[in-house]
Amino acid sequence: MQQSAIAEKLSPEAFAEYLESQEKKSFLRFITCGSVDDGKSTLIGRLLFETKLIFEDQLAAVERDSKKHGTTGEDIDLALLVDGLEAERQQGITIDVAYRFFTTDKRKFIVADTPGHEQYTRNMATGASTADLAVLLVDARHGIQVQTKRHAFLVSLLGIRHVVLAVNKIDLVNFDRAKFDAIREDFDKFARSFDFDTLVAVPISARYGDNVVQKSDRLPWYDGPSLLEHLEEIEVQSDLIERPFRMPVQWVNRPNLDFRGFSGTIATGKIRPGDPVVVAGSGREAKVSKIVTMDGELPEAVASEAVTICLDREIDVSRGDILVPPAHRPEVTDQFAAHIVWMAEEEMFPGRPYLLKIGTRTVTAQVTEIKHRIDVNTFDHLAAKELGLNEVGFCNVSLSEEIAFDPYETNRDTGAFVLIDRLTNATVGAGMVWFALRRATNIHWQALDVSKASRAALKGQKPAVLWFTGLSGSGKSTIANLVEKRLHAQGRHTYILDGDNVRHGLNRDLGFTDADRVENIRRVAETSKLFTEAGMITLVSFISPFRAERRMAREMLAEGEFLEVYIDTPIEICRQRDPKGLYKKADAGELKNFTGVDSPYEAPEHAEISIDTTTGEPEDHAERIVTLLKEHGIID
Amino acid sequence: MAVDRGSHLKRLEDESIHIIREVAAEFRNPVMLYSIGKDSAVMLHLAMKAFYPSKPPFPLLHVDTTWKFKAMTEFRDMMAAKLGLDLIVHINEDGVRQNVGPFTHGSNYHTQVMKTDALKQALTKYGFDAAFGGARRDEEKSRAKERVFSFRTQNHGWDPKTQRPELWHLYNCRVAKGESIRVFPLSNWTELDIWQYIMMENIEIVPLYFAAVRPVIERDGTLLMIDDPDRIELKDGEVPEERLIRFRTLGCWPLTGAVESSAATLPDIVAEMLIARTSERQGRVIDHDESASMEKKKREGYF
Repeated sequence: MQQSAIAEKLSPEAFAEYLESQEKKSFLRFITCGSVDDGKSTLIGRLLFETKLIFEDQLAAVERDSKKHGTTGEDIDLALLVDGLEAERQQGITIDVAYRFFTTDKRKFIVADTPGHEQYTRNMATGASTADLAVLLVDARHGIQVQTKRHAFLVSLLGIRHVVLAVNKIDLVNFDRAKFDAIREDFDKFARSFDFDTLVAVPISARYGDNVVQKSDRLPWYDGPSLLEHLEEIEVQSDLIERPFRMPVQWVNRPNLDFRGFSGTIATGKIRPGDPVVVAGSGREAKVSKIVTMDGELPEAVASEAVTICLDREIDVSRGDILVPPAHRPEVTDQFAAHIVWMAEEEMFPGRPYLLKIGTRTVTAQVTEIKHRIDVNTFDHLAAKELGLNEVGFCNVSLSEEIAFDPYETNRDTGAFVLIDRLTNATVGAGMVWFALRRATNIHWQALDVSKASRAALKGQKPAVLWFTGLSGSGKSTIANLVEKRLHAQGRHTYILDGDNVRHGLNRDLGFTDADRVENIRRVAETSKLFTEAGMITLVSFISPFRAERRMAREMLAEGEFLEVYIDTPIEICRQRDPKGLYKKADAGELKNFTGVDSPYEAPEHAEISIDTTTGEPEDHAERIVTLLKEHGIID
Repeated sequence: MAVDRGSHLKRLEDESIHIIREVAAEFRNPVMLYSIGKDSAVMLHLAMKAFYPSKPPFPLLHVDTTWKFKAMTEFRDMMAAKLGLDLIVHINEDGVRQNVGPFTHGSNYHTQVMKTDALKQALTKYGFDAAFGGARRDEEKSRAKERVFSFRTQNHGWDPKTQRPELWHLYNCRVAKGESIRVFPLSNWTELDIWQYIMMENIEIVPLYFAAVRPVIERDGTLLMIDDPDRIELKDGEVPEERLIRFRTLGCWPLTGAVESSAATLPDIVAEMLIARTSERQGRVIDHDESASMEKKKREGYF
């Protein structure tokens, strides 16, 4: 029954009854996927329209707008009800995820409306991440397209288990049953591998409303439910409560000394006072003493409820921990394999550190290896050294500390993560954990008896890394060499890691792509770290063009050990000097990915020292660097 | 009476509480923008629930344009005192000095100076890195794509290109110095949800939402209530009359249209909602100014 119909025969009793039914409405979040031409916006517009949540003045506004942008002549263009931002209304395409709402007597619906173009994989992943069902639209005239397969793949990747194939524009193929059956069979064939829990195909015409809300008598051969009937009836989340209890702790609730509770949203399962819980990771155990809410203490709390749990004894629990039952613990690891959807313009390189947020926990992470990239159109596995925008990879991920997780397919809340760029703070990737990598647990640190400090003390110095960065030809090696001579003369123990020299040995397998540059720096940073363990003063002379890797090197070392030396020579001067004739080659196109020519250099923002080589002699610059070492207490 | 467990309202409540807690846990200096309206009332109620038995660990901020209904200001002070929360009231003193008002300067300029600029002033002055707002995605077309966590640049600007993908319930709370995030815990609520929740949870709201006989004039097709007779100049032919009216949204009284209604109780209001023939924002004069005007206002830093 439609809402307006109820309102019309509004008696006080009927209204009270109506309100009661409204309060017990269930909830479904779904995503619609399709291209601009499949009529996706029209379908959503139709659902909103028919469920009477489109108020008359919004309709009036749409009638006005239709005259400017409409594509359906004098009719109201339902798609204009849903397209949001000014720019995209003018382009006539949808460019981001939009969330719409409609409600029937049985359910409240949230629709994530996402565009279907290839370049918008990230939007689809975003919309799918909170959806429990996907409506895939195809045009009855064209059948299953490459993008339909892509949508099915992404929907499956993001863990959606329920799919509706809406075969739209059935009016344009004369409501032909054979056409519909052929499309459904096509889809079944390739979707079989995804093993969706439910898969229902519905022939519809969004434009004219056939089978959208009500069964259409123009499709007498179709005996299934209308699209909306199906959306109203399907059960999608019934098993969340049956799974093991998980509650990531968001906030420690401590109003006074007498109360200490742990606030969070229950991801899965249920909990009652008296139930034992452990902190995943530490394994500390306690019993739930009470479940507190402003509406009173609860005898039981279940999945998706936001509560505050008190324990019967003081154990160490803080934000980021997960409370779990002792008998059903999640995995705890610092290395796992995961699918990653890359969402940033700047590529993801293995070895580059990012922040990883999983549940309520944030740690530092790096992808150690891209096992393969997945072509979202063919599902082929391809070799990859980097992940670009909208690419999907299966990766090994290494973390700065151990975290607790469940595989994504068993728990979307404790198995999903986002990756955050540490400089821009942008969300650059989304990941779904598959399994822990056991390797980590089997390689333990070998404890050594002679320490870094004792080795350095024997040499009468503190270990340090002088990291020279700058363009090719800026004078890094010249100055580093002079600095080493001075230190050597003073009896210091030093070593130079020079970019060109290291590339002849340790790094001779690496080229000059961005991905290889990142790996190049990672290895050198690791090597210089070993030298500091040995107590040495290490001079690293590498172009090291990217801030992120220099920062990674800095963070690998102890506080105060890393001194960044920026050899700040303008590119025109480097080009004039061109000591190895490299600029000439790069300008002639014989040398690819040359920093400053066709590959970027990101100047340091907080170098310990910047050397302007356009004034003064190299000896003066070297002297300044030696002074810097004294100021930092590396040498006396 | 609390909401039914397992219902859609409970799901919305849980989701909002999760968002509010996440902000309190991760941001250095959050604030809740309190506009005194029904959405703010629900947001504040959810904040009380989120931290119970603690108090919300952030202050309330009201940007006072000096043209709010008197009943709103009274209600604001009463609520802050009753709940024992810190309330910051910020007024753009530059605007006051220039006597900026909606009648003399027009709704656009008034809103820009006394609301948008004032809000930016307050956020900068106190160095807030997160600000809760009560906006909902269903309010207006351009809001359908708004994130729950809406990133703002150092000058409080909104740029569609810097908005972060938002997946699952994993909110990226990281900002550089001077940047901030507007957080909308009610993103997924509709107007009907708001009213039903207010009814179920017995949430106190400003009496102006309930029908009463009040002095009004009709101007440009909008019913304006005369909240302060000293600050309105009647045009030729305008005669204040007493009519049975209420408000569906609340803001500056010269910019907020009333609707004729006899809905004097919450069930009446919900019943009226169900047969609503005009959507809620029709009562706001500022929206009529330009097509897609909310999007423009958002870019400028208005909510």
